[in-house]
Amino acid sequence: MREERSDMSEDEDGGGGSAKSRGGGGAPPPFSDQVLENVLENVLQFLSSRGDRNAASLVCRSWYRAEAQTRRELFIGNCYAVSPRRATERFRRVRAVVLKGKPRFADFGLIPNNWGAHFHPWVCAMAAAYPWLEKICLKRMSVADGDLSLLAYSFPNFKELSLICCEGFSTAGLAVIAEKCRHLRVLDLIEDYLEDDEDEMSDWMSRFPETTTSLESLVFDCVGSAVNFEALEALVTRSPALRRLRVNHHVSVEQLRRLMALAPQLTHLGTGSFGSAAAAIPQGGNNVVDLVNTFAASKSLVCLSGFRDVAPQYLPAIYPVCANLTSLNFSFADISAEELNPVIRHCHNLQNFWVLDTVRDEGLQAVAATCKDLRELRVFPVDPTEDSEVSVSDVGLVAISEGCRKLRSILYFCQQMTNAAVVTMSKNCQDLVVFRLCIMGRHRPDHVTEEPMDEGFGAIVMNCKKLRRLSVSGLLTDKAFAYIGKYGKLVRTLSVAFAGNSDLALRYVLEGCTKLQKLEIRDSPFGDSALLAGLHHYYNMRFLWMSSCKLSVRGCNEVAQRLPHLVVEVIRDRDEDDDGEFVEKLYMYRSLAGPRTDAPPFVKIL
Amino acid sequence: MEGGGSDGSDLDNLKATELKLGLPGTGEQEKLPSILPRSSKRAILEANEGPSKRNSSEIKSVERDQKPAAKAQIVGWPPIQSYRKNSYQAMKMEAEPTGMYVKVSMDGVPYLRKIDLKVYKGYEELREALEDMFKCFSLGEISRMNESNGYEYAITYEDKDGDWMLVGDVPWEMFISSCKRMRIMKGDEARGLGSTP
Repeated sequence: MREERSDMSEDEDGGGGSAKSRGGGGAPPPFSDQVLENVLENVLQFLSSRGDRNAASLVCRSWYRAEAQTRRELFIGNCYAVSPRRATERFRRVRAVVLKGKPRFADFGLIPNNWGAHFHPWVCAMAAAYPWLEKICLKRMSVADGDLSLLAYSFPNFKELSLICCEGFSTAGLAVIAEKCRHLRVLDLIEDYLEDDEDEMSDWMSRFPETTTSLESLVFDCVGSAVNFEALEALVTRSPALRRLRVNHHVSVEQLRRLMALAPQLTHLGTGSFGSAAAAIPQGGNNVVDLVNTFAASKSLVCLSGFRDVAPQYLPAIYPVCANLTSLNFSFADISAEELNPVIRHCHNLQNFWVLDTVRDEGLQAVAATCKDLRELRVFPVDPTEDSEVSVSDVGLVAISEGCRKLRSILYFCQQMTNAAVVTMSKNCQDLVVFRLCIMGRHRPDHVTEEPMDEGFGAIVMNCKKLRRLSVSGLLTDKAFAYIGKYGKLVRTLSVAFAGNSDLALRYVLEGCTKLQKLEIRDSPFGDSALLAGLHHYYNMRFLWMSSCKLSVRGCNEVAQRLPHLVVEVIRDRDEDDDGEFVEKLYMYRSLAGPRTDAPPFVKIL
Repeated sequence: MEGGGSDGSDLDNLKATELKLGLPGTGEQEKLPSILPRSSKRAILEANEGPSKRNSSEIKSVERDQKPAAKAQIVGWPPIQSYRKNSYQAMKMEAEPTGMYVKVSMDGVPYLRKIDLKVYKGYEELREALEDMFKCFSLGEISRMNESNGYEYAITYEDKDGDWMLVGDVPWEMFISSCKRMRIMKGDEARGLGSTP
């Protein structure tokens, strides 16, 4: 399961803070001040929170310099908000970098290829500035094999690489990392898209150092091509520190068993296919018994995922570890409620659960009955279309809300929902921080009352006082947004699709949600005047995305002119000509770097 | 508020006939504002409202956010990551790769039928389906499995080797993988195929 860095606090470097105190260097301070600064550095080095550090850097020049010298982890929430050069000049002793690129709607195909978010200029700047760099975490960036190569050669002490939702690289790039990063501890490839040419795949698994490795985490479940299994086995054998291993679906259950036997110390396991290899002769009970014993021996397992082609007869093998599991990802397992029940019954300590809606409301009822400590639930649709069968509904949602009172985060795809169910959840689960409900049919009302879903979402923002992230769906009028603006005072991320009646809705949000940082809107009837209602707030936000709304070039231009530190991108789909006044896609974000120079032809920066 | 003047009259005609979500009478403040000015992308649909209208297929221009009879897929909706979406599609395809269609003939019936063997879970379901399919000819009952005596008709199939076999002797999975076509045979002819010595 994705253990990404928390999205929660999104204060970004290079925001309002450094705009006030530009050019951190300047003339060296007098002697006594230097002493003070050294003392300050010794204190500030313990400050880890980004928000605290940003605040500290604003106190005075001295603090600004001291903070800059002691910041070890650099978080860039939008790779275009600041230039690599500026970031590396201010922060000179960074050991870890987190860098995020494309807006989230890129995951759903709304952003054409080659839009940007290239890792290249960053890795070049860092190679020069941070030879002692140890960790890099990238999310939604475009990463080329050459970039990985440069990384591998430039950072002799490199330890941790996490690539989340990235694309552009292939197994060739992985091979260089494996070979050159001799101190590698973490190689986490999470939901990436690898560009592998069938004929030119690289046997990267064989390229790890032949000596004992320091590997602690190896996650490659998203790699589409099969890896060299013998090499993987050998690698696991010589990696005594390995705690997290997530293999891809090419690894059969028989192969998995062998790996597990070599690494009984694993805490996180991605099981690959969890089905038999096509060529394996089914040996009836023996296979399952061996597997059960193997799981029984893995006493440290707390997190299980994978199950890509799960064969139901193997599922009971995991019973021995269920009681210890805090995290279980069945979101690729096509199982029924009957198949889930015997497993989930044992999972008393489960905190994170991802599942497919094939388990239906009954399955969710079983979860609610056992998993009293559940914090995060995600229910995905096996048939993600608007008119698929109803499998989970308001019934499941209510059951979860009644059984799992400590719920903090929920993502729920369904075909039908009621206001009553959502209201119930808002009252039962007061700890909710993330509420994402996706009613897959556009504009679908409460299926019992035929009313819009305004009251349900209204109750969520009213009752869940800790709410920071909200995704709305179903038939929604401006009233829903009035609620959100009035009560959603802590909301930082809001996703809106096919909702609202008029500009008022967007106005309510922009005027009411004072902590709003990320706003993504599609196919909603919001126009220029609503856009202009947010001028007072856009510098406080990381970005605004609006597609298929009612924006015009004139309105966007006005925003661009009034807010010079905002980069306003108008994005067209490739195969269309310039549409004149109409803006199909708007992506705007605050930036100290000004308009980017790598924009492709279909992006116009106003 | 609706952009694109050329769409105006089409929309007026459309409103009277289109399907709507929400209570009747709420049409006035309905989703009209969401109409995209850009008319280059339209979902062109055929109305499928029953045999009487089958001849006059209507081509409708539909706003992307109205619910038409047959949905055009909207890009990026529902919001599932492409990575996940592709995996689910692959899962579905593995579950049902292709249909297994075989011809079925029945003695005395002027035309053949075709059925998808994958749809059935076992012999009983198959027998019921065949009976259903041919009952309009009122020719008689089809025998149950392994009983070719006392019935008017028996179900037989041609296997991979070209031999005609009585349906029901082998496990279902084996049957569907070896069945090339089927014939519902008159009782007297079928007697010769029975498996009892």
